[in-house]
Amino acid sequence: MYDVIIIGAGVSGCAIARELSRKKANILVVEREEDVCCGTSKANSAIVHAGYDAKHGSLMAKLNVQGSQMMPQLAKDLDIHFEVNGSLVIMMSEEDRPNLVRLYENGKANGVQGLRIIERDELRQMEPNISDDAVAALYAPTGGIICPFGLTFALAENAAKNGVQFQFDSEVTNIASIEGGWRVSTTQGDLEAKVVVNAAGVHADEIHNMITEDKMKITPRRGDYFLLDRATGGFVKHTIFQLPGKLGKGVLVAPTVHGNIIVGPTAIDVEDKDDTATTQMGLDEVREKSGIAVKNLPLRQTITSFAGLRAHEARHEFFIAEVKAGFVDCAGIESPGLSSAPAIGVMAAEIVDGILHLEDDPAFDGTRKGILDPKTLPMEERSALIQTNPAYGTVICRCETVTEGEMIDAIHRTPGARSIDGIKRRTRAGMGRCQGGFCSPKVMEILSRELGIPMAEITKSGAGSGLIVGINKDALSGGCL
Amino acid sequence: MKEYDLVIIGGGPAGLAAAAAARDAGVQKILILERDNELGGILNQCIHNGFGLHTFKEELTGPEYAARFIEQVKARGIDYRLNTMVLDLASDKTVTAMNREDGLFQLHPTAVLLAMGCRERPRGALNIPGSRPAGIYTAGTAQRLVNMEGYLPGRKVVILGSGDIGLIMARRMTLEGAEVQVVAELMPYSGGLKRNIVQCLDDFGIPLKLSHTVVEIRGKKRVEGVTLARVENGKPVVGTEEYYDCDTLLLSCGLIPENELSRSAGIVLNPVTNGPAVNESLETSIPGVFAAGNVLHVHDLVDYVSEEAADAGRHAAGYIHGVRNAGGKTLPVQGMDGVRYTVPSGIRPEALDPNGSMTLRFRVDGVYQDKRIAVYAGDSLLYSRKRRIMAPGEMETVQLKCQAILEHPDVDALCVKLEGV
Repeated sequence: MYDVIIIGAGVSGCAIARELSRKKANILVVEREEDVCCGTSKANSAIVHAGYDAKHGSLMAKLNVQGSQMMPQLAKDLDIHFEVNGSLVIMMSEEDRPNLVRLYENGKANGVQGLRIIERDELRQMEPNISDDAVAALYAPTGGIICPFGLTFALAENAAKNGVQFQFDSEVTNIASIEGGWRVSTTQGDLEAKVVVNAAGVHADEIHNMITEDKMKITPRRGDYFLLDRATGGFVKHTIFQLPGKLGKGVLVAPTVHGNIIVGPTAIDVEDKDDTATTQMGLDEVREKSGIAVKNLPLRQTITSFAGLRAHEARHEFFIAEVKAGFVDCAGIESPGLSSAPAIGVMAAEIVDGILHLEDDPAFDGTRKGILDPKTLPMEERSALIQTNPAYGTVICRCETVTEGEMIDAIHRTPGARSIDGIKRRTRAGMGRCQGGFCSPKVMEILSRELGIPMAEITKSGAGSGLIVGINKDALSGGCL
Repeated sequence: MKEYDLVIIGGGPAGLAAAAAARDAGVQKILILERDNELGGILNQCIHNGFGLHTFKEELTGPEYAARFIEQVKARGIDYRLNTMVLDLASDKTVTAMNREDGLFQLHPTAVLLAMGCRERPRGALNIPGSRPAGIYTAGTAQRLVNMEGYLPGRKVVILGSGDIGLIMARRMTLEGAEVQVVAELMPYSGGLKRNIVQCLDDFGIPLKLSHTVVEIRGKKRVEGVTLARVENGKPVVGTEEYYDCDTLLLSCGLIPENELSRSAGIVLNPVTNGPAVNESLETSIPGVFAAGNVLHVHDLVDYVSEEAADAGRHAAGYIHGVRNAGGKTLPVQGMDGVRYTVPSGIRPEALDPNGSMTLRFRVDGVYQDKRIAVYAGDSLLYSRKRRIMAPGEMETVQLKCQAILEHPDVDALCVKLEGV
């Protein structure tokens, strides 16, 4: 019997796992997908909110501000791409000023540092591409941008380093109360634990509803995005939001830590919890709204569009509590969930510790080194690296200059990459302007070789997403050849 | 690493032809840097025939065509490095490259020749809504999997875009046992060669739906189907949707010159071609940096790539030997009335050989019947040729006598246009 089973290997589940790995405990993370970071954590705005938006007094507000304050040190400890670029909420009309002031007051009450309202001229100086109609803005210098995959993988790897186990491709089908804990049935068999933590994102209601009559409903709220070519990098330096006002809610325009520009999202409630398909209407909406707060946005340089689902609960609040003895919910984690993740981890781990009274693990090591990016090395060091490991001398992904060495590293980590998407999210191979056109056959070969599995079993993103369906002419009858 | 007079970036058809021509023009120290594991570039995966009709007067496959030029390069003892990625080209022509054996190294050649080729426009750039499952490939990626690795990427195929690679892959996938249901093309005309439409679609009964596009992709893990719709004025027409059950969507929606290095060097690009703007010597805005082949503008036939690249190689030799007149004013070459762009986009009369001729290459912006191609210097007609049919999928060439240009020293520009006959 495990001490703790955490359901869901998204950013919340992995943050909780890492926090709990400070303790002497037998911990398992179960995940229905083939890898860490396959749900909401993988498709979002990639920003760390300063914390002025969430309603003062809410758990959301508290954890957002805490999470945002924890992020710089966490990024250092876990070697994650994180940047404090500051955010701006743009007011487009003077009559919206009361809303801007309210937002400022709310942020101040939440404890957000350095907030101030800036006027047109200063705004123009900070962001030359801001719309000519912009009147003023709320400036939050502590707003940040982060690689959401990087954060989630780092938390997972650090948890694994400290003894947490991961089990993938295991969808939880039932949870039953047993003597001293819970039986968690999965598509890969039954598991038992003293404490279960529900961090299942958009599926958290299904997990919750397995153990209680007090039902919960999570609505998947879809957000469509555009990602622009790195050639557009620098179009804006801050994360640009639009103040909700007479022109509606708007979309954000923000730099990413990798130098792209991200634009979105929409907010469309959907039925299907796996429906991350973009729609023409959704993309058109992003396109229209993106032009409100900034001018001349180079949308023509779009390299991909995508959609993610937020785990929306009607109260729009995080729900983190022990709901039955030994069963802890971590539900309703929608935006600012990514920003709050470090604090969510601490809070949920404290609840679990309150149940199990775990002993500190003196061997805990809270640091982790990311995949070495040779581009960051000085020329001599990079050359020396290639001398010792020639795989760093072979570029596989041309657009993002990712070498074979980085891919081999990604595959042999724990938890490691097992698919094209797993490689992509860990190394950025295939995230550039050709979107994997050139490198995917080579990445398939590397996966096949390193994992010792045939090419036909290499997938894009786990079971059912095979890339090759057979060999040439296999469907033609022998007589014809 | 020893220093070279000429570094050629790319060992595909353009790089190979440029290297051989530069050597024949007397350049001794030439190095080709190739990122793949063999010379020949994209030709290695083009196993169909039809290459070399102009150059060799016979029909070769892609690898055979490449082999002819690889032999020339080897026979001339020209150095090359495989599996070598050029990471940076600086404005002072410093080339930073990397491979397993030599590590990271820098070269400081007298001249650089850009021959990096082009890449395919991916799904993301097309903004096709829907899910993002496995089974969506650019035609070139599928071509590599099938022709070089022997793997079948799908069994029921829809192809979006009628570029040449898409057409060729419609036939290839059919021959390998897949069922190609339809080729949809956004434009009212194909972007490919007429002969490919006949030989790759018509001969196999594969329908080509012009003015159609994909409006939705279905399937969570793997493609399950796509919906096509007719397009009018750039927008899908509601009510014309047709659903196709398929496991694969191939994209052949245009090629883009690969100019990351050109950009990093600060070379001026032509906004129409997305390749460098070049003068009569195929020289970019940085003196001593030349460009040829698909990195310059996307070609229809490899024969023209070889021809253009050999020209560029000779011009690079002239630069290295300091024999070429590098001064004087530049006469812009303007494409208009149906001419989308021209290569070169500028001519320096002082650099022209009065007894020689030069080639102007361009593409038209639509399908034209019974027009004549006319080149003017001011009001004077320098050249005129009647063409029964012209289409965007085919490159047009004009041979101009340099003397004819030099006879009009006072004009401000050359103009290439289509006129009624």
